[in-house]
Amino acid sequence: MLDYVWVIPALPLAGFLVLLFGGQRLKEPWPGVIGAVTVSGSFLVTLAVFIDLRGMPAEERTVVDVLYTWLPVGGLHVDVATLADPLSISMCMFVTGIAALIHVYSIGYMHGDPKFGRFFVYLNLFVFSMLVLVLGNSLLLTFVGWEGVGLCSYFLISFWFTEEANAVAGKKAFVTNRIGDFGFMLAIFLTFLTVGSLAYEEVLPAAGSMATSTVTAIAALLFIGAIGKSAQIPLYVWLPDAMAGPTPVSALIHAATMVTAGVYLMIRINPLLAVSADWLPTTIAWIGVATALLAATIAVAQNDIKKVLAYSTVSQLGFMFVAIGSGAYVAAAFHMITHAFFKGLMFLAAGSVIHGMHEEQDMRKMGGLRRYMPVTFLTFLVGWLAIAGIPPFAGFWSKDEILLFAWQEHGVALWVVGLVAALLTALYMSRLMFLTFFGEPRWGAAALEGSSETAAEGHGGDDGEDPAEAVHGEPHLDADFRPHESPPTMTVPLVLLAVFSAGAGIFNLPFSANFKFLESWIEPVVETAEAHITVSGAEQFVLAAISVVFAAVGIFLAYRTYLAHKIDASLFERDILARAWHIDEGYAAFVSGPGTWLFDALVFVDTRIVDGAVNGVATVVRGGSLGLRRLQSGYVRNYALWLAVGAVLVLAWFLTKAGI
Amino acid sequence: MLAAVSHSSPSFPLLTALVVLPGLGALVVALLPRRRPELVRLTAVLFSSAVGALTLWLLAAFETGEGGFQFVSLHPWVEDLGISWHLGVDGISLLLVVLTGILFPIAMLGAAPHHDPKPYYAWLLVLEAGCLGVFLALDLFVFFVFFEIVLVPMYFLIGGWGHGNRVYAALKFFLFTMFGSALMLVGILSLVILSAKASGGPLTFDLVELATSQSVATVTARWIFLAFAIAFAIKTPLFPVHTWLPDAHTEAPTAGSVILAGVMLKLGTYGFLRFGLYLFPEATVYFAPLLLTLGTIGILYAAVVATMQKDLKRLVAYSSVAHLGFIVLGTFALTQQGLTGGVLQMVNHGLSTGALFLLVGFIYERRHTREISELKGLQTAAPVLAAFFTVTMFASIGLPGLNGFVGEFLILTGSFLTARWWTVAAALGVILAALYLLWAYQRVFHGPTDDANRDMGDLKGWESLVMVPLVALIVFLGVYPKPALDRIDPAVTELIDHVEEFTDYREPTVATAGAAVGAELIAANPPEEHGAHGDGDPHGEEGE
Repeated sequence: MLDYVWVIPALPLAGFLVLLFGGQRLKEPWPGVIGAVTVSGSFLVTLAVFIDLRGMPAEERTVVDVLYTWLPVGGLHVDVATLADPLSISMCMFVTGIAALIHVYSIGYMHGDPKFGRFFVYLNLFVFSMLVLVLGNSLLLTFVGWEGVGLCSYFLISFWFTEEANAVAGKKAFVTNRIGDFGFMLAIFLTFLTVGSLAYEEVLPAAGSMATSTVTAIAALLFIGAIGKSAQIPLYVWLPDAMAGPTPVSALIHAATMVTAGVYLMIRINPLLAVSADWLPTTIAWIGVATALLAATIAVAQNDIKKVLAYSTVSQLGFMFVAIGSGAYVAAAFHMITHAFFKGLMFLAAGSVIHGMHEEQDMRKMGGLRRYMPVTFLTFLVGWLAIAGIPPFAGFWSKDEILLFAWQEHGVALWVVGLVAALLTALYMSRLMFLTFFGEPRWGAAALEGSSETAAEGHGGDDGEDPAEAVHGEPHLDADFRPHESPPTMTVPLVLLAVFSAGAGIFNLPFSANFKFLESWIEPVVETAEAHITVSGAEQFVLAAISVVFAAVGIFLAYRTYLAHKIDASLFERDILARAWHIDEGYAAFVSGPGTWLFDALVFVDTRIVDGAVNGVATVVRGGSLGLRRLQSGYVRNYALWLAVGAVLVLAWFLTKAGI
Repeated sequence: MLAAVSHSSPSFPLLTALVVLPGLGALVVALLPRRRPELVRLTAVLFSSAVGALTLWLLAAFETGEGGFQFVSLHPWVEDLGISWHLGVDGISLLLVVLTGILFPIAMLGAAPHHDPKPYYAWLLVLEAGCLGVFLALDLFVFFVFFEIVLVPMYFLIGGWGHGNRVYAALKFFLFTMFGSALMLVGILSLVILSAKASGGPLTFDLVELATSQSVATVTARWIFLAFAIAFAIKTPLFPVHTWLPDAHTEAPTAGSVILAGVMLKLGTYGFLRFGLYLFPEATVYFAPLLLTLGTIGILYAAVVATMQKDLKRLVAYSSVAHLGFIVLGTFALTQQGLTGGVLQMVNHGLSTGALFLLVGFIYERRHTREISELKGLQTAAPVLAAFFTVTMFASIGLPGLNGFVGEFLILTGSFLTARWWTVAAALGVILAALYLLWAYQRVFHGPTDDANRDMGDLKGWESLVMVPLVALIVFLGVYPKPALDRIDPAVTELIDHVEEFTDYREPTVATAGAAVGAELIAANPPEEHGAHGDGDPHGEEGE
């Protein structure tokens, strides 16, 4: 099957083309079926390639297949080629697998939407772009996929574009990502200048031969790209807004796959990072952990269920960058995969909740849903325990490994910050869980009885809410409203993802080398750079115990606050947190303030000074000509006068000349 | 293969026919009865289509992999002055000729005049003859004549069929470019005369002879280069002599804008290549930093100004200035990738900006306004129009997979080799391009539709049909640019060799050797065994 790697991206591409040109004629659910079938086909091909690759000796597991020559100009030669190795195929497996599930889910979720067909056009194009990003054999092809997924993200965020806010969010996502892309592009140029090639198989082996400053610059510039795509400080602001898109999109693109592209890129270029100056991995780890903490603090105070998950994603991506900065590439990949399962699961479950609650996203108007949506509840429960870091669920293993490496490589300070972020993770996720599925219903009849009671229950934390959110207490649901469980197209993917969220830890258990399947599988790709655990087994155990205790404390705090009502919720739900530390507003103020002034000033320069000079010259010439025209009066006596004046002047000149 | 057609001594004077045919068409149109507008339109479209077909024949018959001039047509004209009818095509001009051949029928089909079709189409055909003449001329005199000829029809097209402020715009366009041309005429005459004096030979206006003899003194050549450069800078246009363009583009009728952006701006950038680099290699290298700077300023400056425009057409016009800045950057970087990318980007810009102007024209026809604030929610009202606009816009933004990216990427890769910091600044333009176009798109196409826009009507069948070839080429050149690059590349190699022959300038090895550089690097510094970074060395205390 190794000759057919190209089929993996080709299938969704074919699906995209069929849906683009023939989709209008297809009735629901056929566009969804075509989308799901092509992506599932990709998954099966990936599986076959995986099996073939496993059958090869470990050191030969890098297969490049050139499809055609894309850019041949002088010394620059870029092929369209696939690179199949343990890293890319692992990534492909979970991308196509989760994408297939989400396609099936979307058939149910998008049911009845007038743009049902168009949705799957974009979704298939997204999967294709993502696979180009993953399978491309050069920095440039990765960049092609990178921009492609950004494009689809733009289309899908602004999918319901008649809402102004959605359109703005889509644009914001694309433009913010472009800032990161600036770094990526410069990295590409610098790589070509240094190595004369962009193909990984030529660039990465040259890492050790390049000057440290050069290789550090390339890696740092690529990291800037990753900051944009993977929503790290300071470019994370687009991701929470991206929740404007349909929920399956949030699950697939803005949680499981696209946003991890930055992490993938960093793993891919691990030989460059390994020989970079030390400040770079340190910076990456600190940006990662700072993002993890910042986003977790914000998530604690969000009331929109998708916003909580969005900030949670930003936070979890931060953990992955901690791993990158600690040289723990396998741990990064591990967390990327487990996160894809449990966060994808939770987004889809949230979508199921929103669906069942008739488009309600405010958790303050939920409550008690576990009785009405049992499948959604139970699957979400698994996701919750996974992300909170409770053993033996998947998230525990991957997050714990990252914290271990952070401890070992960067010392106690970074580790403590990471632990606090982990505690907050358990807290905000439990809060979400309790507000949504536990407690008394705050919808339907309960809500109609008056908002005073709701506030009295202490869920609100309404102090200092902005007026726009004051709609609280005006339920749009009837008294006899009953939330309903979602159809099987939606719940079956949930169950499958829940299974993986529970058990994915098995891919890389820390007990002995025999259990580290993922590590031994990815090893050939990262062998020159991967850090190895040096701390003793006992120390590992203690560290793991501490992190479990922290997670438990987080859950307990949430329990005391939101179920037992012993702690006032306003303790966490600070206004400044609800408003995301005012960072986004700060950016907006800068753009609409000094940014706009600067732009307007340049327009002024253009119209008044640059063009003003042109018009000025024209006016002067015109004025001069008008003046000169008077000389041409047609009166001979005037001409005679000027003749005489001229003669006198000439004479005077000669005389003075002669005089001197 | 068609390529087997002999190109050294063609039996059929293809290039001469390319120049004469549209001129003949203009004559025929002028002789048609005024009362038969549909006949006038048909004739004009047929003539321009025939020219388009000829350019496609030229493309098919062109010998790929050759760097020199092909289909050369050389006939003495005014022998005393050394003027000859000398036409030829190489990889640099080939695609521009084809672009011209394709864009003119599309512009004619895509936008009809509201009055006086007869002179309108006649002027367009004259314009086509002039543009082709510029791209094909290898004699300075012939070149100058065509370079000037194009001003006249465009002046009348803007002044006669333009929008509100058309007279001001037309006059400004004419005077501005005329000023540059006047300088260039002085330049041409002094070059010809001084060359003849220096070499002791007879006068000659022949481009190839002048370029290969390089007999004028260095400092003199620099001054003459400046005279040419000013003319081309105005035409391109480069900052700060660009202000005629927004006015001319905005006020011109749709077809005029399409041709102005698609073809005529390239007369400037093409001029830089053919009559700058080729004719004055030493002066080019000498002035390269200046032109790189102006190009880079243009990229950023025009992008910023475009962002704040309130008129959609004016916004697209400013985006042209930014795009042309990229082409100038690639040209004066003097590397294989920069120059090849620059030539390709001329074609790309012609396709994408030409298409954008057509689409803005379609909107104007329906809404009679180009004010961004007046347009709202058009994607609901006209989904097909919105779809075409989306593709074209992303080509203009430089999205990989579409043509704009290939050109921009090659330019920046090439310019990074010799002009690193200019490139870093220019790459910021890529962010700005996304900003101004997506913001405009959001305001015009997204959001709820209001009453004024609801019933504007989507594209008609023929309007979509006109867009299809443009969009098809935009995608094709993005996915598979190799056929285009294979034709441009050898000509660029020759041009750079020519520059190196007469100057101390040496192209960086990596531009031509590519991956061999990496291999050498590894051979020179074999990588040591590296462990993981920071092994057992915690850096926890260092801040971010």
